[in-house]
Amino acid sequence: MTSDKNKKSEKGSESKKMTGEQQRPEWANGLRQLYDSVVEEPLPDSFKDLLAKLDKKS
Amino acid sequence: MADEVRTASEKADFKRELTDVVPHLRAFARGLCGRPDMADDLVQETMLKAWAAQDRFEPGTSMRAWTFVILRNAYLTDMRRNRFRGEYDENVAERILTAPAGQEEPIHLSDMHRALLTLPPERREALLLVGAGGFSYEEAASICGCAVGTIKSRVGRARSALNSMMEDGDIPQRSVNDATAHRAILQELDMVAAGNGIASKD
Repeated sequence: MTSDKNKKSEKGSESKKMTGEQQRPEWANGLRQLYDSVVEEPLPDSFKDLLAKLDKKS
Repeated sequence: MADEVRTASEKADFKRELTDVVPHLRAFARGLCGRPDMADDLVQETMLKAWAAQDRFEPGTSMRAWTFVILRNAYLTDMRRNRFRGEYDENVAERILTAPAGQEEPIHLSDMHRALLTLPPERREALLLVGAGGFSYEEAASICGCAVGTIKSRVGRARSALNSMMEDGDIPQRSVNDATAHRAILQELDMVAAGNGIASKD
């Protein structure tokens, strides 16, 4: 019980420190996740084919 | 002016940098237009245009920023031709994003994507560039061909709109398919596209 209380107050002061720089809502890293999830997808063959064809153009 | 002929090694560098940036183009396009198939078409169109315009790329500058300008312009053109309707991609993983204390339903990544697609396009792209792509306000402003202050205010409005949608759990289902909303989006697009040529040099 007591240790729980201590944890809470620690967290409280931590988040206070954070607010100056990073007052971000919880969903904010979701944007990054959305973006990164596509970046990390393996590249479909159609893109590899297109890249291979580019050299022949011009 | 930039008619200097590129050497074979410069061409190879360009090709390598373009290749490296393709996953980012796909991510930006997916965020802009929602549907993966259309997003990928857009990226391929962008790659061809970038390849054709490679003499205008200044070696040493950001390939990602340069190609994003091309992609963005292609997107705006296609949007105005009514090819995209910001349709929601049903295949976004149902990944849990956050589970706010006061809410029964956790927020999923798919909710996030749907909410993002309800934003007016110029706010959506600003938020994507800064909040997802990690561009600075200055870089985003140069990509969109507008003032830094404009980008800041678009990002701010986009954030607060998402904030209230996420906090209330009130994420519109498919308002982008609604005819009135769609017309409003197209009108905003006209404003966004006005005076925004491919040049980001000003």
